Amino acid sequence: MSFADEIARYAPDARRRRPAARPVLEITGLAVDYGYGEHRVHALRGVDLTLHEGEVLGLAGESGCGKSTLVYAATRLLAPPGLIVSGEVLYHPEVGAPVDVLRQSDDELRASRWEDTALVFQGAMNSLNPVYRVGRQLTDTIAAHRPRSTRAEREDRARELLTMVGISPERLRSFPHQLSGGMRQRVMIAMALALEPRVLIMDEPTTALDVVMQRQILEQIMQLRDRLGFAVVFITHDVSLLIEIADRIAIMYAGEIVEDAAADDVYRRPRHPYSQGLLHSFPPLHGPRRELGGIPGSPPDMGHLPAGCPFAARCAFVVEGCRTLHPALVPPAVAGDDPSRRVACLRHDPAALAAAGLPEVDVPAPLALA
Amino acid sequence: MSNVPVDTALEAAPAAAPLVVRPGAGPRRRFVFVRNGKSVTGLVILAAFTVLAVIGPWIAPYDPSKVGVGKLLEHPSAKHLLGTDHIGRDVFSQLLVGTRGVMVVGVLAAVIATLLAIAVGVTAGFVGGAGDEMLSALSNIFLVIPALPLIILVAAAIRSTSNLTIALVLAGTGWAWGARLLRAQTLSLRRRDFVEAARASGERTWRIVWFETLPNLTAIIASSFISTMTFAVLSQTTLAFIGVANVNDWSWGTVLYWAQGNQALARGAWWWFVPAGLLIAVLGMALSLVNFGIDEFVNPRLRLAGLKPREMRRRGIRPRIGFTATVRDLPRRPEATR
Repeated sequence: MSFADEIARYAPDARRRRPAARPVLEITGLAVDYGYGEHRVHALRGVDLTLHEGEVLGLAGESGCGKSTLVYAATRLLAPPGLIVSGEVLYHPEVGAPVDVLRQSDDELRASRWEDTALVFQGAMNSLNPVYRVGRQLTDTIAAHRPRSTRAEREDRARELLTMVGISPERLRSFPHQLSGGMRQRVMIAMALALEPRVLIMDEPTTALDVVMQRQILEQIMQLRDRLGFAVVFITHDVSLLIEIADRIAIMYAGEIVEDAAADDVYRRPRHPYSQGLLHSFPPLHGPRRELGGIPGSPPDMGHLPAGCPFAARCAFVVEGCRTLHPALVPPAVAGDDPSRRVACLRHDPAALAAAGLPEVDVPAPLALA
Repeated sequence: MSNVPVDTALEAAPAAAPLVVRPGAGPRRRFVFVRNGKSVTGLVILAAFTVLAVIGPWIAPYDPSKVGVGKLLEHPSAKHLLGTDHIGRDVFSQLLVGTRGVMVVGVLAAVIATLLAIAVGVTAGFVGGAGDEMLSALSNIFLVIPALPLIILVAAAIRSTSNLTIALVLAGTGWAWGARLLRAQTLSLRRRDFVEAARASGERTWRIVWFETLPNLTAIIASSFISTMTFAVLSQTTLAFIGVANVNDWSWGTVLYWAQGNQALARGAWWWFVPAGLLIAVLGMALSLVNFGIDEFVNPRLRLAGLKPREMRRRGIRPRIGFTATVRDLPRRPEATR
């Protein structure tokens, strides 16, 4: 039985659920530099991304393409010398007007952190403080944001949270070193859910774990998502994993989103050459075996990006104009595609080619699968 | 239409590697330490004092100890740039010649103390156990030995208190603080993964100490060097001023000793003590400025940021951990040129 089916068994409507129309986090034009001087590196170059309520959004791409930079910049947790140079990150509260995270004051930002958006870090098992008991760390989080709660209430909540992630509540008395890696990860997830955030950002939360534990934890997250209805941004470079769990996938390359579509569409009908190459670099978790390929070359140096499409040097489908025109995110030029999906490739953008006076090109067959 | 085959990505893949541009290409970046205005100022002043320490005695217009090269307590003039003292010696020459004593004691004491601190601190941090206990106890004992009274005792015991003696005693009493800092940091570094990895790859202990651990201690070593030097310069001046050091070995403190002993202030002979005091203040300032620059230099994150603090303030960029900096009047859309 496939993982997806199993998830479907736990939560019958999980796979069929359409992303709600209401956005919860709306990122537009986000650009981030590393460094402040002349030699700064443009790590993100105008990223637009919308996360809807209750949706699992996967972010995928090679190392160094800006996945983590994107989420840390959107939560303003990026460490120096990161610098946000433009953009807007709108958080839509359940009631009231949206707030721009990038323009919030420190106090507002601090208050909204964990309350609205919680994170599970890369290597989260080291995020627990070794000198405090697990229970103390859970209740501290609650106490910081709910100063009026009583001690008993907080402990009850901590107990409930641990049960929720499948750990016995007696473990509240344990120190982090007494827990296994997987349990610590679960504690971190419990902590992230302590205040019932509407957005949960997971930065490679299972990379350091073995596959069995990975699977258990992912199942747990998916169950909790169905129960509590938070939206998830899931970062990984394991595309096959994303296809199993995500509703929608955004593929990043060289600090930009190159394709943004429903998970199934990305898997079966990739429209960007990079997505197509990426999919052929991983074995599918189920289905027939297929030949694996790779993407030749390596990602470009972000400090010296070529003009035009950053993927042009590695792309099998380059046309005239790829090395000079920078592609914008447009709906793909394949009839019958989901109108909400976007791809940044000139082969799908005849208008841009025409505007530059270049000859018209067709969409190659591998990028136009039905 | 297109001459690119459209079979599979693999077959059609261009063989050429992507355009690779080395990060160091383009106009060569200036060495980071010299981009910081503060550290440049500090280094320039230190360099000037070092040059004076070497050539001071040669360029001094008069013998600093020769009595009667001018009139008594002469005002500054073209002939005697900083006037003369109560028995007609040239103050400018005294200061020039005295620079060497100050710098020698400062640098020598700082070098010896820093080497001692590294040896004791890093060893204690690395060996642990009984060795650590003993070395820690040793540095604790040295930490409570007061330097100045000890030198006064030493000076009383031996006939002539040379600059070398003073430097040795200052180094002997001044290393303990640095050793404690280095031990604490080594203890923390010793358990880190990169040290474990070095051990696992079969590196020898001395290599782990010198090539894995020590570069991580650069900041502490450098700033402890600078603060020991400051301490040594001030102590040397103090000793010379109270007359413990040999009064025939010229140094800035010696000038002040003579000035104090002969009521320079009451006589209004400002040229006698103001320049010496200023020199001490300027040297101390230079050392502090260098210390400011060290932090930026050894922290690669700050080093690569590549913008002067003043310029960052001007642009309204405030780098902090936990609250990512944004540019002032953050535009909602990226610039078209990006």
